[in-house]
Amino acid sequence: MVKRPKGAIIGIGELKPVRYSEGKTTLSLIAESVQLALADAGLTKDEIDGLLVGPQVGETPQHVPATVSEYLGVSPIMSNTVDLGGATGAGMIWRAAAAIEAGMCETVVCVLANKNEKGQVPRSPNRNPIREFDVPFGASGANTSYALLKREHMEVYGSKQEDFARIAYWSRKNALKNPKAIFYDKPVELDDILQSPIISDPLRLLEIVMPCAGGAAVIVTSEEKAKQAKKKPVYLKGAGEKITHRAVSQAPAMDQLPFAYSIPQALQQAEINGEDLDLLSLYDCYTSVVAVQLESIGICRQGEFGDFVRNHTFGHDGDYPLNTHGGQLGFGQADLAGGMSHIIEAVIQLRGEGGDRQIADAKHALVTGNGATLSETTALVLGGEQ
Amino acid sequence: MTNISFPEPTITAVSKPFWDKINEKQFYLQQCEECKQWVFYPRAHCPNCFSAKLTWKEASGQGKLKSWSIVHRAGHPAWQERTPYAVGVVQLAEGPSLLTHLLINEQELRYQLPVEISYQQLNERLLPFFQKKGD
Ligand SMILES: [Zn+2]
Repeated sequence: MVKRPKGAIIGIGELKPVRYSEGKTTLSLIAESVQLALADAGLTKDEIDGLLVGPQVGETPQHVPATVSEYLGVSPIMSNTVDLGGATGAGMIWRAAAAIEAGMCETVVCVLANKNEKGQVPRSPNRNPIREFDVPFGASGANTSYALLKREHMEVYGSKQEDFARIAYWSRKNALKNPKAIFYDKPVELDDILQSPIISDPLRLLEIVMPCAGGAAVIVTSEEKAKQAKKKPVYLKGAGEKITHRAVSQAPAMDQLPFAYSIPQALQQAEINGEDLDLLSLYDCYTSVVAVQLESIGICRQGEFGDFVRNHTFGHDGDYPLNTHGGQLGFGQADLAGGMSHIIEAVIQLRGEGGDRQIADAKHALVTGNGATLSETTALVLGGEQ
Repeated sequence: MTNISFPEPTITAVSKPFWDKINEKQFYLQQCEECKQWVFYPRAHCPNCFSAKLTWKEASGQGKLKSWSIVHRAGHPAWQERTPYAVGVVQLAEGPSLLTHLLINEQELRYQLPVEISYQQLNERLLPFFQKKGD
């Protein structure tokens, strides 16, 4: 048997992303998300003895676990801040399971939320190498970093604009089946994506997530306690993580980006192959991130995601169901909570609660998270059976 | 016109020798005495072998273009006034990569293009931009 952290997801709560959140604080959105997850699990907050939270630029940069505990009125016996950018949500799930297995607690709530007020962009107070050696040259922000990664893929492997646009196309198409998605009622064609404004060439507007307000919470417990759960538990079958760099200029070669380690490790722990997956719930802050992941799962060769996306379908009833909730490209990105949307969709599908976007007989899902510039990566395999 | 100034490098005690040399139009990098690898950005320890024996040495200021982007929507308001402009990742002849501003026409940008350092004044300070080799 391969050694792996064991645990089960027994509750999920997710706010509908909105472009702006007037009259809310990040703490109030966290509380709303936790309330929803507790109701879904049929638990009271007194049954929560573990709490994992994320960093909050601007509102609570330090002492986040204590601040959130106090606000919620809980006194956890295990708590921490997980700081992996977009991989934070996925990183929380296996950390919760590991803490439970270590005997430090039994039921952990993992929660992330973000307020987004018009005209208020909190500027990161970085004073580290990326601030010293990237920003002074005109390269601040994620858009340019991901544009550089996309350009490199195009040059090294010959991938085309249309290949990347297809990834956004499927996200937006899938979002039409999710009433919670920010682009639920806004269909686009491939050409709309290819013709959308250039933000940082070769990256165009519709290849980039929409910043939103929102929140999400997931409750993880022991496999033992999950047997009494109100709803069908979803089990953690495998996890992988890898961090390689921070700034895009320090990234390893295209075929050695950290997903090339974290995804195979998660599959190995779960003792399954990429072809056995029923849902690919892949972190998609930008189209280029999905491209790199498709080449790390073992379903298409390095550098050949373009052929793969041209030759397959990616809806809930497609060859390879991919981000059936619309991905973040279709659902919206409530900062770190955006990464949670991939976990929550996997739970919905594995429970069989997908409604008219339900994948037939879904047994295994791959969930990923990605932070900074393809720097911090986490992969989880979730399954409907223990 | 805006009076927002360009974001300047946030220089530290460790990186100061690099920027002092740039101000004299000289390109110095650290080399590890133990494993001989060149290091960028400046550090107190070699990220390869973790030795603390790093020596500042003059580097070629030459490299090849690994990737680039034409920025239309800048992440900083001062840079927005200069759009569109090119930034890129240069793989230095000595090995490490750095991010820099490119003084190269969009039509001439290509993968592995040989490039060289070009010192440019921005605000009160010189910065190591890169141009096409031989320009
Ligand atoms: Zn060394």
